[in-house]
Amino acid sequence: MSLPALDETAGGTPPVDLPGAELRPVRPGRPPAWLWIAAGIALVPISIPLLFLGGRVIAAGGEAWDVITTGRTFELLVRSLAFTAAVTAAASAVGVAAAWLTTRVELPGGGIWAALVALPLVVPSYVIALTYLSFAGPRGLFADIVGIGLPRVSGFFGAWLALTMSTYPYVFLVARAALRRIDPVLEEAAHGLGASRWHTFRTIVLPQLRPSIVAGGLLAALYTLSDFGAVALMRFDVFTRVIYAQYQGRIDRTPAAVLSVVLIAVALLVLWLEHRTRGRAAYFPARAHGRMRTGTLTRRGTAAALGYLSTIVFLGLLLPLGTLAAWLVRGAVRGDVIDMRWGAITGSVVGSVAAALIAIVAAIPIVVLTVRHRSRLSVWLERAVYLIFSLPHITVALAVVFFGASYLGPLYQSFAVLVIVYAVLFLAQVTGVGSASLLQVNPNLEEASRGLGRNRFETLRRITLPLISRGLLTGGALVFLTTMKELPATLLLRPTGFDTLAVRIWSTANDLFYARAAAPALLLVAVSAVPTYLILTRLREPV
Amino acid sequence: MRNLTVIALMIGLLATSCGGDDETLTIYSGRNEALVGPLIQRFEEQSGIDVTVRYGDSGELAATLLEEGDNSPADVFFSQDPASLGSVAIEGMFTPLADTLLGRVPERFSDEAGRWLGVSGRVRVVVYDASEVDPSSLPASEAGFVTDEWEGRVAIAPTNGSFLAFVAAKILLDGEQATLDWLEAMADNSAPTYSKNSVIVAAVDDGEVDAGLVNHYYLFRRIAEEGADNVVASNYFLPGGSAASLVMPAGVGIIAGTPEESAAEEFVEFLLSAESQEYFAQETFEYPLVDGVAAHPDLPPLASLSTPNLNLSELASVLGRATDLVARAGLL
Repeated sequence: MSLPALDETAGGTPPVDLPGAELRPVRPGRPPAWLWIAAGIALVPISIPLLFLGGRVIAAGGEAWDVITTGRTFELLVRSLAFTAAVTAAASAVGVAAAWLTTRVELPGGGIWAALVALPLVVPSYVIALTYLSFAGPRGLFADIVGIGLPRVSGFFGAWLALTMSTYPYVFLVARAALRRIDPVLEEAAHGLGASRWHTFRTIVLPQLRPSIVAGGLLAALYTLSDFGAVALMRFDVFTRVIYAQYQGRIDRTPAAVLSVVLIAVALLVLWLEHRTRGRAAYFPARAHGRMRTGTLTRRGTAAALGYLSTIVFLGLLLPLGTLAAWLVRGAVRGDVIDMRWGAITGSVVGSVAAALIAIVAAIPIVVLTVRHRSRLSVWLERAVYLIFSLPHITVALAVVFFGASYLGPLYQSFAVLVIVYAVLFLAQVTGVGSASLLQVNPNLEEASRGLGRNRFETLRRITLPLISRGLLTGGALVFLTTMKELPATLLLRPTGFDTLAVRIWSTANDLFYARAAAPALLLVAVSAVPTYLILTRLREPV
Repeated sequence: MRNLTVIALMIGLLATSCGGDDETLTIYSGRNEALVGPLIQRFEEQSGIDVTVRYGDSGELAATLLEEGDNSPADVFFSQDPASLGSVAIEGMFTPLADTLLGRVPERFSDEAGRWLGVSGRVRVVVYDASEVDPSSLPASEAGFVTDEWEGRVAIAPTNGSFLAFVAAKILLDGEQATLDWLEAMADNSAPTYSKNSVIVAAVDDGEVDAGLVNHYYLFRRIAEEGADNVVASNYFLPGGSAASLVMPAGVGIIAGTPEESAAEEFVEFLLSAESQEYFAQETFEYPLVDGVAAHPDLPPLASLSTPNLNLSELASVLGRATDLVARAGLL
């Protein structure tokens, strides 16, 4: 799973409570029924299979209870939660420190560092994991080149390191956006009165950052809880890996279903905790736009800061990409066939484009309902979209497999089902950015159109959509990006013969053919880098 | 607005481009793509039949077939082990094979009722890192791996069809309790778990783990790919005649009610052809099962191995128990 936190407008703070929603006049007029129907349809493809999954677990009765009460499930629960906490803590610390350094301190290289530190976002966690695995170890790439074997990176430590490096950019981006908004005048005052930088950071900056850290940390936690590829390659048994193992290894699929339901419950619990925490946190008023003031560090401080930033850029970006490049070159030198299939490239691109297009269309009624017709029901609609986005993909995929094998007939194992599932899973990315766009559109424009005799549908088509199309397309680009990297749902739901870059990387790395994973992995990173760049530059302007 | 029209058009195009491709043979293959992909490609070229293959683990695909039932898009199930085949056969999802096909393979490598047949033979062995392990220290059967000496050193692939078939065989040979005890002892002994045989062989060869319970031929694949000089892993054929030295076939069955039955039969026929059997012998280093094709000279003769005497058709009846025990021991 991949979550968008490219900027606060892209869902860095969850779209449940849209900032500014109450600042603009909202027309509470009754929305037409077709709008509700269109919005509701978008939730069907995932909510029905999930209900079916729940029904299956309830129907299993005693057997389900046995699965839950055996020691293994409890052990898994503790292990998964502890692992998630360890990754979230590390990602928060790494991300916040990097955000502070890139907003409050004058560094040689300037703005380059912020871009470099955010870039690991385009490297999927399973690619980071496979490069660590193939780099270290007694017969890894490092040992091959240098002659000294590094200790093997796998299990808890390997999974922790790989996921920390994949999730800290979420915290970094959210915290950085917040730091840019917070007026440094308080910090300067404290500093001027003789407080040390550390004291100032702890007593002035950190309390103001708290809501952002919680929001970014939540993204990291949910990502970690849902991650399948990295933990599976590192052979670290958390929920997702065990669910997949049970699915693969057992004729009886009830245990996999039961564990999925437990994992969903845990994910919901994390969401609820975040909601509670955020509700009580105080937001500090943002300052009007002004120039960012940055301080300078001593020479030793600067060296330490650069060392720190270089280390995370090395671990998150240079080492993974360098290892892949080295594997590719070695493979070419040894005359191996470069395992690059067109089917995987077209599969990835076509699947991701289709998912993005469907998500854009499905998001429109939801955006209109939640922004223009804010009601208890539309708030729940928005929450449902966000909940689906937060669910571990392996559980959703399993639910769709169970449901599809029995009820979907010819659609089962079809391309259509796969891309619809992608679209609904990632819908929140479009509704988040789309709602932010619509909030900036003055409803008087729509009122004027209605007043001049156009009906609702015409108004939506001629006035509203053109005005928010840019936001919708940005959201669509996010969906494209996330779908390209998606692994567990693709593994379970792909039609026979349908291949993607992610599947290719996974299956070759899982067979320990690291050299063969290099070409598709580099290509995936390259293809993801384009929309990421576009989104990052686009989001900087008003949406 | 034009954007949206374009979007609508593209969705329409995508929707039409992914429908209706019925004239193809759909194979569920529990066998690795690297191993059988080239062979299936040859079949496509020779027969002119379009084939799509869903690769996965044999046990996973068997469970998928059972879940799908009549709804399954599969026409053929090509499996790594007889237990997965049997569990599909028990549910009545295979159509009986013609005697002309069954007659070409020794009876003991096919289903009693003729619902699936073996196409190539493989032996359960221990692969070990010859730079770390003295072969004389290796035990005669799997029972010897639960000692302190082997703690954390013997890898298994608990989700893999071949491993589960071995566990099923152990239940039939030693009983359920003894099997559970052994699995629990392996779990207590921190046996590292991997996803499949080929990965264990690579891990042993990479020095990641000292030994592993696998099928014999993955090592030869490794040697073929890396060159004999670069491979330190070696095979040990357990002399104890226990479940861990089982000889079992990879096999194939035709899904009942498939509209592609003649194409499916053609595929089975192709797997039994001299060409395919030769491919199994020379390319995948398995034992050919059809008369007249010799095994690879690097392999010990099948007759020289001590293997347990077992009716392979019975494996499926305890496969469900086998997976339960593996899960109960905490290995899944």
